[in-house]
Amino acid sequence: MSHSASGVLATEGFHAPGPIDFFLPDFTGKSWNQDGYQVLLTKSSLLLVLGAVVAYLFLAMTSRRGKVVPTKGQYLGEQAYSFVRNGVAQDIIGAKDFKRYVPLLVSLFFFIVVNNLFSIVPLLQFAPFSRVSFAYGLAVLVWIVYNTVGIMDKGLLGYLKHSTIPAGVPGWILPLLIPLEFLSNIIIRPITMSLRLFANMFAGHLLLILFSTGGAYLLLHATGSVVLKPAGVFAFALGVAIGFLEVVVALLQAYVFTLLTAQYISGALASEH
Amino acid sequence: MTPIFLAAATTTPEEPNPLVPHVSEIVLVLVIFGLLFLLVRKYVVPAFEKSFAERRDAIEGGIERAEQAQAEAARLLEQYNAQLAEARAEAAQIREGARAEAQRIVEDLRSQAQEESARIVARGAEQLAAQRSQVVRELRGEIGTLAVELSEKIVGQTLSDDASVRSTVDAFLAEIEQQQASGAARAGGPGGAA
Repeated sequence: MSHSASGVLATEGFHAPGPIDFFLPDFTGKSWNQDGYQVLLTKSSLLLVLGAVVAYLFLAMTSRRGKVVPTKGQYLGEQAYSFVRNGVAQDIIGAKDFKRYVPLLVSLFFFIVVNNLFSIVPLLQFAPFSRVSFAYGLAVLVWIVYNTVGIMDKGLLGYLKHSTIPAGVPGWILPLLIPLEFLSNIIIRPITMSLRLFANMFAGHLLLILFSTGGAYLLLHATGSVVLKPAGVFAFALGVAIGFLEVVVALLQAYVFTLLTAQYISGALASEH
Repeated sequence: MTPIFLAAATTTPEEPNPLVPHVSEIVLVLVIFGLLFLLVRKYVVPAFEKSFAERRDAIEGGIERAEQAQAEAARLLEQYNAQLAEARAEAAQIREGARAEAQRIVEDLRSQAQEESARIVARGAEQLAAQRSQVVRELRGEIGTLAVELSEKIVGQTLSDDASVRSTVDAFLAEIEQQQASGAARAGGPGGAA
């Protein structure tokens, strides 16, 4: 866990985990953008690639031999795929247009869910999306997609009108409403979307570091009171509980991200507000 | 005294801002996700959709076959019912026809018999009338002759060629005839007595 330059388990005192713990070093030993150096080949980047590979392998292996009567693996893959295809794409975008967006939504969901679950896989123990740039990247992609979809559907002006002027609103309030709608539909969406994913994974990982390193510190190094060692055990127990919570958060955040993507595409396609 | 209470204060001031974007990482995630998306679109989605479609076909094919069989059965039943109804209607028609025919025959026979009896009655009456007039005619001549003969015998002289005698007899007979048919019988009485 202690990738930071200033060791967490320094003998002279407990060092609380912080943002620095998410700035992992690459093979040269540089840990974050000091003097404009672009750190790329880090554990988080490798995990991101691994996440894509695992997500693809899961989907490919469960879909490869599509039988009418599915095997167990195929059934699992089909259930997961159908969850996104029917539960997200079809339900949100509607039966008419959803098929075009199934590949995007399926890729998004499985890419994020696998990467998020890395946060509690032993030895990996890091969620790439607790690096905000990865979340930014996906959010920018989604932003481009839903705006392009809207512009292709209604033309540039038509789309701007569609996304900034709600139907059935009196004219005098429009000067107030148009900037607000523009802000919320065009500017804020990718930011909230990326920050939601990032912050959940970031906070979860921070909690895990805190409870595990704190527990270890209390058990091994803290002196002065008799309750500190039991408190360390308690901290580890809480850490395990947080670990289970992380599974839920990992699934939920992948679902939310995919759901919002579908929602935005659907909103861009909708004929009326 | 224990360092744990100092923990919160130990964050170093040079810690980086976690919200600052790193271009290299943004590019990386776009490339990686782009590859994943292309692969998923090319292989995964078609494969899943294909197996879904096959399954749907298998199920819908079975349903369709069952529906076809059911439709066939319904069609046959309808046909059978239609034929049955047709046969029933035909039978009823035939029965009705027969009844009407019988009635017609009875009616015909009755009217025929009535006509026949009327004709017979009429002919009888005709014959009767003809015979009666013949009898009357014959009797008239005979009675005249007999009366003249009788008068000759009574009076003792010849009256037969006297025209006045003849007209007297005729007038007498006409008078008798004017009375009832019983007059004819009375006119025969003297004839019989002679």
